[in-house]
Amino acid sequence: MTSLSLKDVSKSYGEVEVLRDINLEIEQGELIVFVGPSGCGKSTLLRMIAGLEKITGGTLEIDDVVVNDVPPAQRGIAMVFQSYALYPHMTVYDNMAFALKLAHKSKEEIDQAVKSAAETLQLTQYLDRLPKALSGGQRQRVAIGRSIVRDPKVFLFDEPLSNLDAALRVATRIEIAQLKESMPESTMIYVTHDQVEAMTLASRIVVLHGGDVEQFGAPLDLYERPANTFVAQFIGSPAMNLIEAKVTATGDTTSVQMSDGGHADAPIASRDSDLGNVVKLGVRPEDLTVTESDDYLVSAEVEIVEALGETTVLYFKPQNGGESLIAKLPGIHKIDKGTTIRLTAVQDKLHLFDSDGRSFLYR
Amino acid sequence: MFSDNPALYGLTVIVIGVGGCLGYFFLSNLFIDKVLFPASGPNAGRNINRANMIRPWLFLFPALFALVVYLAYPVFETLRLSLTDRDQGGAFVGFANYNQMMAEPKFWEAVRNNMLWLIVVPAVSTAFGLLVAQLTDRIKWGNLAKSLIFMPMAISFVGASVIFKLIYDTRPEDQNQIGILNAVWLKFDGGIGSVLLLQVLPSMLLLGFVVIVASVAWSFVRAIVAKGEDHSGWLLPLRLLVAVGALWLIWVSLSSLAGIWIGGLPYGEAQTWLTVPLWNNFFLMVVLIWIQTGFAMVILSAALRGIPEETIEAAIIDGANPFQIFFKIKVPQIMGTIVVVWTTITLTVLKVFDIVFAMTNGQWETQVLANYMYDKLFRANDWGVGSASAIVIMLLVTPILVWNVYNARKEMK
Amino acid sequence: MASIAGKKSGLVWAVHISVALLVLLWLFPTIGLFVSSFRTADQISSSGWWAALFPAEQNEVYRAADPDDNRVADGDMFVVEGNIFEGSPRDIRSWGVSSRDVSAYQPGDTAEMKDGESVTLQADGSYVWRGNDKQLSGRGQRIFITATVPPEFTLDNYTTILFSGSGQDNMAKAFFNTLTVTIPATIIPIVVAAFAAYALAWMEFPGRAILIAAVVGMLVVPLQLALIPLLRLHLGIGIGKGYLGVWLAHTAFGMPLAVYLLRNYMVGLPRDIIENAKVDGATDFQIFTRIILPLSFPALASFAIFQFLWTWNDLLVAKVFLIDATGSTTVMTNQIVELLGTRGGNWEILATAAFVSIAVPLGVFFAMQRYLVRGLLAGSVK
Repeated sequence: MTSLSLKDVSKSYGEVEVLRDINLEIEQGELIVFVGPSGCGKSTLLRMIAGLEKITGGTLEIDDVVVNDVPPAQRGIAMVFQSYALYPHMTVYDNMAFALKLAHKSKEEIDQAVKSAAETLQLTQYLDRLPKALSGGQRQRVAIGRSIVRDPKVFLFDEPLSNLDAALRVATRIEIAQLKESMPESTMIYVTHDQVEAMTLASRIVVLHGGDVEQFGAPLDLYERPANTFVAQFIGSPAMNLIEAKVTATGDTTSVQMSDGGHADAPIASRDSDLGNVVKLGVRPEDLTVTESDDYLVSAEVEIVEALGETTVLYFKPQNGGESLIAKLPGIHKIDKGTTIRLTAVQDKLHLFDSDGRSFLYR
Repeated sequence: MFSDNPALYGLTVIVIGVGGCLGYFFLSNLFIDKVLFPASGPNAGRNINRANMIRPWLFLFPALFALVVYLAYPVFETLRLSLTDRDQGGAFVGFANYNQMMAEPKFWEAVRNNMLWLIVVPAVSTAFGLLVAQLTDRIKWGNLAKSLIFMPMAISFVGASVIFKLIYDTRPEDQNQIGILNAVWLKFDGGIGSVLLLQVLPSMLLLGFVVIVASVAWSFVRAIVAKGEDHSGWLLPLRLLVAVGALWLIWVSLSSLAGIWIGGLPYGEAQTWLTVPLWNNFFLMVVLIWIQTGFAMVILSAALRGIPEETIEAAIIDGANPFQIFFKIKVPQIMGTIVVVWTTITLTVLKVFDIVFAMTNGQWETQVLANYMYDKLFRANDWGVGSASAIVIMLLVTPILVWNVYNARKEMK
Repeated sequence: MASIAGKKSGLVWAVHISVALLVLLWLFPTIGLFVSSFRTADQISSSGWWAALFPAEQNEVYRAADPDDNRVADGDMFVVEGNIFEGSPRDIRSWGVSSRDVSAYQPGDTAEMKDGESVTLQADGSYVWRGNDKQLSGRGQRIFITATVPPEFTLDNYTTILFSGSGQDNMAKAFFNTLTVTIPATIIPIVVAAFAAYALAWMEFPGRAILIAAVVGMLVVPLQLALIPLLRLHLGIGIGKGYLGVWLAHTAFGMPLAVYLLRNYMVGLPRDIIENAKVDGATDFQIFTRIILPLSFPALASFAIFQFLWTWNDLLVAKVFLIDATGSTTVMTNQIVELLGTRGGNWEILATAAFVSIAVPLGVFFAMQRYLVRGLLAGSVK
């Protein structure tokens, strides 16, 4: 059952278009993550779903009802803000009860909802405290509890972990994942700029860039089959290497030749018209391995060696004006700066992008 | 009737006023949400948008009404009144009122005194405020000291006038002086101490003042004389104005300097301080300085605290002494705040009425514009000239108004 | 800073001393008024108030008891005994029996006069006056003493000003009139301005920026300009001179500062909280009353203090819009100005009246100084 549907939704401030023709169909029970660099429009999109920003074009449906002009409170959504937005003058209990009071729910009903949410989030002993007497993690839980008591159709999270320190962030991330598991019927939308959060939490990810949806799919889909160079480089760390190459053979397997003599045969279909075109060969740093054979992908001079123990990261000198190359090798390798080494990769792990940056897979 | 019992009347008004305000806001909100544009039915979405377009104006209406009727309208009405004559049934008389006002020596006296007030009070208050703020900044009982110096801020101008009248009080020769100023004055006998304290010291202060005024004026005027510099046309009047003002100030200072030495001081005679021409203005200014220093101190003290500690520590390591730190590191960083304090006090000075009204009522050449206006309006019943002088005050305020609005708009962007 | 090595302690002392001197200089005038309000008219006019704080050397003249009634035979002489102080003892430094030498003797000495007449005076004021029949007749012997008088204060002035005192001297009515003006004129503008400030801070509508600029502009419009047009307006629409007029005037004159202060404060509240309340289902009215108002308490308190001080201390607006020819609605500032005119020399009345009018704002000032400072910092246009 479709829980949330966006059809050609767009947003502009005067002349400036910040979101263009967004189309998303979100099923009930999904946890969707909007991810993208800052300024990509992900928060604006979330706020449009919440009703905090007007929708300037297209339609937004929640449970098959158009809600473009419905005020936030009547959309059946709840939102957790980046700064938690707790009411500083109200106790934890009153913070959680506020929305229900405004909705004229009965006292018993409110009490029960608040108590059970507090139980779930282990906040029972803090119900009489003011927000300023709570730790960061506790405040975060109150903010989540406040949304749970409203029993919404859709939960909206706006970068809820970015105000926490690193250790707490991991713990809370896991808590949110558990919370989602305990509420399989609820739809959640989660905004973040952190790809680890996106990959670990999402059932599907929306990658936004410059007001457009770059790709919408399951986390590993995005990793294994990025639709374009932006997604390819945004998902995964360090970012995917893109190497300029010339197509030498087409068909079910495409052969490419690099300018430094390396070459590759990727099991990716191509058209006849691609022959002779300059394309981008994509390969993730963790997929590269060192080789002695003449059948190599690239050969390059090592510039920096970062030995981390579990992995060794090699930074290569950029060749003839191209982008610099990174390889991430498991374990410890004794490699000196300045040596030139050859790298190769398994064919399945190769990606091909045309001159516009689109993946060959999605043309 | 209520008005027989003001307390009950007042209480009723509080209840009606506050209740009425809240009721107005609540009911008008209810009205647009439920009756005019209900958020349900076929047009719910459109209705909500419409309601949200009207609601700000509902919230704003009472305040806007008060602002327009009580502040905006009077400005134009006063302008109109200043061009009409009440005795001729409100006929338009052009600039006749202004001409009549300009012909009165009392008006020019008020203008001259206002200029003195405008220069002395903000300057001295700001300087004292800065001094206290700096001195109390790092001592343990600094907050207590600041609180006590800030205290006159709570005292009315009228109360302060009584306080200072007691200080300036004069008794006949054969009685004990009960005004502290005369009691101190009578301790001076014309000996070397008196000469040092009452002639040499003030002379040096006056000379210092002349030097400061001259250097400030020179920095303004230099641009006119110097070749090759930017001669922005609109600045020329300002520069000339500063130059003329400075010349006048220097002349006043030098002539009073001469007065100190030539006239000889009437030692041993109790003085009626508020009747000594020119000097009595300064005795009145002391009252306002006493009140306003606390204000300057509070604001400047906050500004001093806002200076990044690192800049001061860097200066210490660079080898600056406390005075250099103060004048070369701290003061430049809080220059913006100093200007704000200065203009705020300037505004207070322009409106000063109570002090002059209560202490001298403009006699003995102490008239100022605000009191002059009150005189014309309510004693002479000459609304034309009174309004004309009000417009003069408005003109003096206008540059600050423009500057404030300009800054506020800049800040909002 | 205090921990920096090699700091000179002499400079620190200089700072302490100069601050102390400045504080004393600033306090001195108010203390003068305060002390004077506890002195009798005679005390005020005979010595400066600063003398009242210390025990003073004072010359006084007393007379021994009437000899014709009180003398007692002692052999062929007569003796009058008694105490020159009736109930108010002095600490006698020296004394004498002639106006030419008022401090000829120490307490306990005996002054020998002509023909065996003598007076002995003890430190506690008891005396023995001895002489023959002729000497101890007529009026009692004059005794001049130089005594140290402890500081003496009285509450009589306050009784006069607040309770008894006739007509012009009695401030009780003016005190209540001032309260009647002040309290509504403080509360009503807060309510009105708070709504407007919320609209200017958190609601979107065309012309908002211009309105804010206009409010900043009106901050500095001298209220002198408003006097004549508004008085005409009030008289024209029948409000006339009275409380209603002065409340309206104070409300409006305080409005620019109120709106400016409150808007600046409200705009600084976190946007998330307000949006969260919207998501929670609060209407604008509910957001305002349940979220904004409680959170804006510091700004509301700041403005309330400003407005209270300003209306309590005001003279001009009251004179123009309130006080009519009968003077029954006079406020304290006005009454003091009138006292200055008519009772300029009666410092005991003036000082007490002034102190009564100052006391309330001073109390408010010291109790709520924190909010006043905060308001000042927010209110000066940056």
